[in-house]
Amino acid sequence: MSELQTLVGKPWKKPPFVQRTWLRWALLIGFVVYLLAAFMTIEVNWARVYEGLERGKQFVLAFTSPDFTSRSGDIWEGMIESIIMTVASSVVGIAISIPIALGAARNIAPLPVYLICRSIIAVSRALQEIIVAILLVAIFGFGPLAGFLTLSFATIGFLSKLLAEDIESMDRVQAEAIRASGAKWTQWINYGVQPQVMPRLIGLSIYRLDINFRESAILGLVGAGGIGATLNTAFDRYEYDTAAAILLMIILIVMALEYLSGIIRERVQ
Amino acid sequence: MPVQDLKGRPVWQRRSGSESLAHWVMWLIGVAIFAYCWQQISAATTWFFVWDAPRIADDIWSRATPPRWEYITQLGKPIWDTINIATLGTIIALILAVPVAFLAARNTTPSRFIIRPVALLIIVSTRSINSLIWALLLIAIIGPGVFAGVIAIAIRSIGFCAKLLYEAIEEINETQVEAITATGASRWQVMAYGIVPQILPAFAGIAVFRWDINIRESTVLGLVGAGGIGLQLSSSLNVLAWPQVSLILLVILAAVVISEWVSAKVRGAII
Amino acid sequence: MLRLEKLVKTYKTGDQALKAVDLDVPEGQVLALIGPSGAGKSTLIRCINRLVEPTSGKVYLGDVELTGLSSGALRRERRRMGMIFQEYALVERLTVMENVLSGRLGYVGFWRSFLRRFPQSDVDEAFRLLDRVGLVHMADKRADELSGGQRQRVGICRALIQNPALLLVDEPTASLDPKTSRQIMRLICELCKERGLAAIINIHDVALAQMFVQRVIGLRLGAVEFDGLPEELTPDVLTTIYGEEDWEATIEKVDDESEAAE
Repeated sequence: MSELQTLVGKPWKKPPFVQRTWLRWALLIGFVVYLLAAFMTIEVNWARVYEGLERGKQFVLAFTSPDFTSRSGDIWEGMIESIIMTVASSVVGIAISIPIALGAARNIAPLPVYLICRSIIAVSRALQEIIVAILLVAIFGFGPLAGFLTLSFATIGFLSKLLAEDIESMDRVQAEAIRASGAKWTQWINYGVQPQVMPRLIGLSIYRLDINFRESAILGLVGAGGIGATLNTAFDRYEYDTAAAILLMIILIVMALEYLSGIIRERVQ
Repeated sequence: MPVQDLKGRPVWQRRSGSESLAHWVMWLIGVAIFAYCWQQISAATTWFFVWDAPRIADDIWSRATPPRWEYITQLGKPIWDTINIATLGTIIALILAVPVAFLAARNTTPSRFIIRPVALLIIVSTRSINSLIWALLLIAIIGPGVFAGVIAIAIRSIGFCAKLLYEAIEEINETQVEAITATGASRWQVMAYGIVPQILPAFAGIAVFRWDINIRESTVLGLVGAGGIGLQLSSSLNVLAWPQVSLILLVILAAVVISEWVSAKVRGAII
Repeated sequence: MLRLEKLVKTYKTGDQALKAVDLDVPEGQVLALIGPSGAGKSTLIRCINRLVEPTSGKVYLGDVELTGLSSGALRRERRRMGMIFQEYALVERLTVMENVLSGRLGYVGFWRSFLRRFPQSDVDEAFRLLDRVGLVHMADKRADELSGGQRQRVGICRALIQNPALLLVDEPTASLDPKTSRQIMRLICELCKERGLAAIINIHDVALAQMFVQRVIGLRLGAVEFDGLPEELTPDVLTTIYGEEDWEATIEKVDDESEAAE
């Protein structure tokens, strides 16, 4: 009862998330100071922004009357090139990332192979697509080949990492049972590992296809082929209705891909 | 079970005849599509440059090394801008993503047939368009600079954050919400006591995860003129100052690695 | 004190969970609601505080008719009905104290509750209740650190701090071990006696119900099949409630007794 007596009549406060008082205040003050500093250093030309609102309105209105026709040739070519780059790079990227994923799974690969594969993944993930594209354009010249190589390279990092994680978390007993039957390494992968990771591989591949398409839309900005170049030109010439048409097409294709991936993932699982 | 009778002996096959045929046709179509794509790419490529590529790569490498270290003194402000673009963009995106997520989640949306599709449309359209394109658009509208970068990152992140958040909202434990409702709490109180505590960890995780991605994206926004270190990269590339380019790439690499480390640490601390 | 008149609930799927249930609960009476799974016990309890909207019929709490109330008036009436849940239904990421205080949400405004600035009288009452159930030292622990029995005690505190006239108790012991189950049932019945509360307790365990309550209602396929004293629950009555097939699985203990009687 004595404990109760000491508590009754005293206000109650929720115990704070950060227990140490000084640390709590330091974090809070640090955050506020940072925000202030960040706001101060952003130079906003409000007159220019105000001026731009009119153009912004025009752009929004352009979505109600997108212009597919006047540059239909450019749009068509750019879209086809984007799609071709997407498909080719996804196929190549997935094909390369499967062996790398096997090598990057610690429960399958020996240590030296593991380290090599993990470093390939790390390099691929650390480099932004657009930066890779710039370098590859400098080396291979303008055109879809640079874009194709960029997307393949990016696919490897993404897919290998996630697939390797899936392999590492697979059910060991099933794999062991296959090995116990005296299977060779390749047979073991085929019968013990592949069935377990296949649904995830398919799901991830489609997801990556989706990402590759979205990325292919910007590679054109640095000359690596695809719809991006057309879009950039449209913005430069303030042809908002054409730009709106291109953006609508991108959104529609992404939505279609997402819908498709939902159906396929449901079927494989 | 596809077991075929072959000369009186049952033979097991993985697929039956028609299944097997369909399988092969599918592969054939796939290969044909890939071959067509490859042919198109190769037709659009100047192969002379490609054969010359090793020499050019070697040439660029020799020009780019060693990096021009003293250039780093001019990179302080661009790096600061880059971090600001990512951080402020993430904060704005989170503020806007929360209501969108609540409107999009099946169990909290006020109207399933009018408001939910609108919220989903916002999510899909902001998500499908890359931040570089948003930046291009905003530069055309409000002029180049850091501000356009912040807004571009913010818009791009709304869909991403709102999607993950509304999935988290749909997974909450409904009986906890029911229990709060049964006490006579108002709609907002039910939200604050029944729903918010349940999604808070997911929210924090999403925030840090997206911040990490935004650091990556904001490093290149400058290429189209939206501020940050990408501006320096773009101008160095234009004058073919390869030693500066290599230094900037190293800085970007370091920023990406550090932000990934920070985000992994913070996520580890939350969960 | 609580009166149900011809309460009907038909789900969208066409399942009729309640078929014109009539029930009268006088002040201070503790009542057990038994019946097989799917008999409509949970639906009945949830129709009273309208967590489930009844299809037709009337619910009177005192003089107030609940089914026709607007959402604001309904919230005010819900404060008079404390509810205790099967899986405790504590908000797991909040502290024990916040969970208990959440019972006062119907009485305080949004910003006060959002900033956790509850009136001092509420805080004192929360401490008293936690002390009553022996958990005052756990006040600042997070709810997911507690054991099942402790969580259910917090759930009881949350219901009682509403200062209710009626407790709606939904399978309070279904996720607890036998010993804790008895303790929780005893605690609920003691608290009802102390405060003169009426209670409707949904319960699977017939033996446990007989041990503690003053009146038993048997529900079968959404209709009241039995209404009487715990002692009147004979094996024949149980057969009519539960049916011949479920018999052994559902009420093992009583089954043992009936064998002994033979």
